[in-house]
Amino acid sequence: MKKIFEKVIEGILMLSGTVTTLTVLLIIFFLFKEGIGLFGKSPTEEGFTVAVNRENPVNELSTDQIKNIFDQNIHNWNEVGGNNDSIILFRMDDLFNYYTEEELAGIDTNMNLLTSKIDEVIDKNKGIIAFISSKEIPQNPNSKLIHIKAIGLGSFFGGKEWFPTAQPVAQFGVYPLLMGTLWVSLLAILIALPFGLATAVYMAEIASPGVRSVLKPVIELLAGIPSVVYGFFGLIVVVPLVQQIFALPVGETGLTGSIILAIMALPTIITVAEDAIRGTPRSVKEASLALGASQWQTIYRITIPYASSGITAAVILGIGRAIGETMAVLMVTGNAAVVPHSILEPMRTIPATIAAELGEAAKGSLHYDALFALGCILFIITMIVNLTVQMISGKRTRNKLR
Amino acid sequence: MIEAKNLNLFYGTFQALNDISMKVPEKSVTALIGPSGCGKSTFLRTFNRMNDLIPGVKIEGEVIVDDMNVYEKGVDVDNLRKRVGMVFQKPNPFAKSIFENVAYGLRVNGVNDEKLIKQTVEESLKQAALWDEVKDNLKKSAYAISGGQQQRLCIARALAVEPTVLLMDEPASALDPISTSKIEELIHELKKKYTILIVTHNMQQAARVSDHTAFFYMGSLVEFDETKTIFTHPVKQQTQNYVTGRFG
Repeated sequence: MKKIFEKVIEGILMLSGTVTTLTVLLIIFFLFKEGIGLFGKSPTEEGFTVAVNRENPVNELSTDQIKNIFDQNIHNWNEVGGNNDSIILFRMDDLFNYYTEEELAGIDTNMNLLTSKIDEVIDKNKGIIAFISSKEIPQNPNSKLIHIKAIGLGSFFGGKEWFPTAQPVAQFGVYPLLMGTLWVSLLAILIALPFGLATAVYMAEIASPGVRSVLKPVIELLAGIPSVVYGFFGLIVVVPLVQQIFALPVGETGLTGSIILAIMALPTIITVAEDAIRGTPRSVKEASLALGASQWQTIYRITIPYASSGITAAVILGIGRAIGETMAVLMVTGNAAVVPHSILEPMRTIPATIAAELGEAAKGSLHYDALFALGCILFIITMIVNLTVQMISGKRTRNKLR
Repeated sequence: MIEAKNLNLFYGTFQALNDISMKVPEKSVTALIGPSGCGKSTFLRTFNRMNDLIPGVKIEGEVIVDDMNVYEKGVDVDNLRKRVGMVFQKPNPFAKSIFENVAYGLRVNGVNDEKLIKQTVEESLKQAALWDEVKDNLKKSAYAISGGQQQRLCIARALAVEPTVLLMDEPASALDPISTSKIEELIHELKKKYTILIVTHNMQQAARVSDHTAFFYMGSLVEFDETKTIFTHPVKQQTQNYVTGRFG
């Protein structure tokens, strides 16, 4: 009877372990499945296409080139490898510039009329580039479809423009977002590290038990404050402060985000680093003191080197926390998806992008897939961070066992 | 000359040492014996003020090292600990190379002359009878050598800062018999230059290495005399019972 009971308990434990593992794997699978969907697709919106005159020698254009053409940064076909013809832009609405309303009467219902009229326009203008619905194309004998380069890893990671809903081609360059994330996170760690380490040393080595018993819960409380509250605090206090100190037009900058993130990463850094410092054996510290080393010499020559792997783990965990943080960063960094040149510019991080845009992206659209691809990047970064921590703390355990 | 005068020590309200007066003879080995919790380690640690690290310690009376009460106000504790070296129960080398372990005491005491450091490290390792075993591996981690070698490394480390007194807190209790005998031989050599106080649980060891022996019981110094006398004709019955193994 007892045996059966134990077997049942064992089974339940095993089942819950399996279910948890499966759930995690399922989430990862889902994330990557959706994210990978972005690649290999044409960056134009579904149902639309780009066409030119049949005699135009240009067959293929990159997303950047199309964007520059439609933004009127490129005016002549010879700039993209074609004839010396000036480029004429054509969108559906422009049909009314070529024909009178009488000529287009009944066009709303007569698809054939619409198609033939568009075809006519394309035929008459050698330099035209038309952004049109793909439904009209098959019957158009005078127009030629432009092949647009599909979204690949290169344009995804190297692209400097993030315009996920731009017309006629969306641009999915994560480079500015990646840079924004790294700048904000790394600066946050640079700010948090000295404070965190100093507090950890103070709490582990210097503070009296009374002071420590007050300080420790307060710092741990810092970890429990919801991030939206940090964001609110940042918006009300830090943003105006940064704006005033640096005389900026806006206070929502990468620096503001870094300061908030630094405060948020402090509890992690302090708690883990303090544990590591306290893990230095008493006997080793005593040996140092017994040789005539002062307390301070003992701390920086013995205790901190001994705890260095733990301190590194603390810092990396802090980075992990900073990289994944969403709400507070979304509220205070200004969210401009441009490659940052200075920390005093608005920046946008990957998590903030996902949070801000997922609500507007239609399920299954390119934008939606792109946001999942961002999620994959975030997942990979976090995984690297965690593996690093594991490697370092694994080394620590080995050292202690020796 | 080191000496304790009417020394009382309290951990909070618990009195760990009870009115101890004892003159430790110079350049000889004095063993402190007694059952666990009798205060012998606590007594040993009053000479380099290692007890200061424990919260709630209160000390009355005097401990004289080099004609000075170490518990007087304004005493430079770091300097005292440089003069009174200590070897601990378990080998506790630093997570550094063998060389840096020995050099540590010099470096923290402001010695920058690398030549002098090198020379002192070599001398200290020779004094600790470890030089021949490690001279080719000075850059190796101190964790890479055996426990007995580590303990001799700790002795070399203590000797490098040129103390006059060496406190040893059960230095061989964590070692195998061969390593133990090496440490004992070493103690025999070192007493020519240093005043050595050694705490030990091992009666044979006390009899082998020490010139004088002090028997502690319940925080009091019961008897202090030449080792030969303590082990053959002790004055107190308690001492007699302990050294013959009737309790302890």
